[in-house]
Amino acid sequence: MNDVMIEAQNLVKRYDGVAAIENVSMQVRRGEVLGFLGPNGAGKSTTMKILTCFTSPTEGTAKINGCDITADALGVRQSLGYLPESTALYTDMMVLEYLEFAAEMRGIRGADVRKALKQVVEETGLGDVIAKQIRALSKGYKQRVGLAQALIHKPPILILDEPMTGLDPNQAVEIRDLIKEIGRERTVVLSTHNLAEVQVACNRVLIISKGKIVADDTPEGLRDRAGKSRCVVTVQKQGDDSFAKQVEATWKSLGGVERARLLEDDDGELSYEIVPRGAEDLRPVLFKTAVDKGYTLLGLKREGQNLEQVFRELTTGPEPEAKSSTKAAA
Amino acid sequence: MQRTLTIAKREFRGYFNSPAAYIVICLFLLLMGFFFWNPFFLVNRASVRSMFDLMSILLLPTAPALTMGLLAEEKRQGTIEILLTMPVRDPEVIIGKYLAALGVLVILLLATLAYPISVSTLGNLDWGPVLAGYVALLLQGGAMLALGVLASSWTDNQLIAFFTSGIICFAFWMIGRFLPFVPQGAASVVEWISFDYHFQDIVRGVLDSRHIIYFLTVIGFSLALAFRSLESRRWS
Repeated sequence: MNDVMIEAQNLVKRYDGVAAIENVSMQVRRGEVLGFLGPNGAGKSTTMKILTCFTSPTEGTAKINGCDITADALGVRQSLGYLPESTALYTDMMVLEYLEFAAEMRGIRGADVRKALKQVVEETGLGDVIAKQIRALSKGYKQRVGLAQALIHKPPILILDEPMTGLDPNQAVEIRDLIKEIGRERTVVLSTHNLAEVQVACNRVLIISKGKIVADDTPEGLRDRAGKSRCVVTVQKQGDDSFAKQVEATWKSLGGVERARLLEDDDGELSYEIVPRGAEDLRPVLFKTAVDKGYTLLGLKREGQNLEQVFRELTTGPEPEAKSSTKAAA
Repeated sequence: MQRTLTIAKREFRGYFNSPAAYIVICLFLLLMGFFFWNPFFLVNRASVRSMFDLMSILLLPTAPALTMGLLAEEKRQGTIEILLTMPVRDPEVIIGKYLAALGVLVILLLATLAYPISVSTLGNLDWGPVLAGYVALLLQGGAMLALGVLASSWTDNQLIAFFTSGIICFAFWMIGRFLPFVPQGAASVVEWISFDYHFQDIVRGVLDSRHIIYFLTVIGFSLALAFRSLESRRWS
C-alpha cells in the first residue's frame, strides 16, 4: 500500500509574472499531521489552493491520494476535506441544512446522509447548535461547522488553512484539540502562524518563506537542528567602556565558542550572548574564565532556542537559496 | 447531475431565506398590476396581450436582480472556495445556479397567472395566445438570466453585476428598435439578434423552432462563457 498521501513536485505559481511559490516539493504520509508554517504572503494559501484544485500551478505537478491535480481534479476533491482561511459559509442556512448540502455535494445519498451527519456532529461537538442559523453562531462554532463540512465524507486527507485565526484562546484550544483528535486517523495539513499550535498538534513542520520551502522537519528536530543552546552571561561593569569590549574578546577567544556578542549594557551590568560551535554546555568554562579573569559574575544561564526563534531565523534571514533540511519524518 | 440539482436546491432556498426574492416578486406584481389594469378598462377587451409586453420590459431589471449575487456574492464572501473544492465540475455549478434563478422566474410567471384568470372572469379570453405569451416570457427571461449569470461571473460586486447584465439585456431588447437607422444589409442581422423580434413573433402565436433555437443559443453561449470565466481563476 502506498503510504504517500500528498506528493507535490516543483510546484510553481506565478501571478502576472511574479512568483508566489517556487519549486515547492513535499511528501506527506498517511497519519502525519503536518504544520505548514510561514509568514503572511509566504505562499501557504497558494500551495493549499493548488493542492485542493482551486487553482492550477504554473509549473509542476502534485498527486493527492494517487490522483493527479490536473488530470483528475474530481478524484482529488473527493479524497480531501478543505477548510479555507476565510471559513466562509452560507450564513443564511441552518447548520443542519448546510451539512446536508455538504454531504450531498460529497456524493452521500439517502440514509447515509443521516448517518454521516450524526457522526460528524458528534465529532465536532455541534449538537447544541444544529438547528441554529450559521450567521448566529460564534466564530468558534463557525469554525467547527467549517471543519464538519470538510470531514463529513470521511476524507483520508484534511487541508486546513489557518483554522485557528480569529479565535479566542479558549476556542483555539478547543479547535486544536479537535484537529489533534482528527489527526489520529487522517493525514492533516495545517497552515498557521501560531508556533505553539504546531508544537502541540503537529508531528512534522514545513516552513515556507518567500515562496520557497526553507525547512522540513519534526518540531523537535527543528529545534535541535537550529537550536544550539546559547548561554547568557551577565557580569558587573568595571572601569571604562573598553571593559565591555575586553570581556567580549575574552569570550570569543574561548575554544568551542562560535560567536559572542554584547546583548545589553544596562545599569552597570553587561549581558553577553555566547553561542557554542556544537551542542556542548559552555557554562563551566564560562564560569571558570570569569573567575580567572576576576569578573564579577551576576548571572549565567543556558537557553534552548525555541521554535519561534527558529522560525524567525528561517523566515527573516537572508534570501533562502535552497531547502535547508530535507529530513522527513517517517 | 445530482450535484447540479443539489446546488440548484440550495440556491433556490437561498432566494427565499432572504427578503430578496419576495421583494422582487412583490415589486414585479405591483408594477404589473398598476400598468396593466389602468388602461385595461379603457380598451374594454378581454385580452392580455399588453401584459406580455409589460412583463417583457419588467424582466429587464428583474432578471439582473435575480442573478447578480449568484457568483459575485460567492466570490465576495469567499464561499466559492469551499464550493469549488467539493467534487463538482465548474459547469455543474453554473447550471445549478442558473436553474435556481430559472425556478424563481417560473414562480414569478405562475404568480402572474392571476391576471389572465381575472380577465377570463370578465370576458371570453383566448388561452392559446396566453400560453404562447408565457412560452415567450420563459424563453426571453431564461436568456436574460443566463446573461445575468455571465455578468455575475465577471465580478465580485453585486451592483456591478446588476448594472452590467441590465445593460446587456437592455441592448438585446432595444436593438430591434433601431432598425430604421441600420443599413439595409445589416437590418436582418440586427433584427435577428434582437430579443423583441423573436418575442413578438412567439407572442403572436408563431412558435417557430428558429425562435426557440435563438433563445436556447443565447442561454447556452452565455452559460458557456460564464463557465470559462469561472474556470479562468485557475490560470490567473
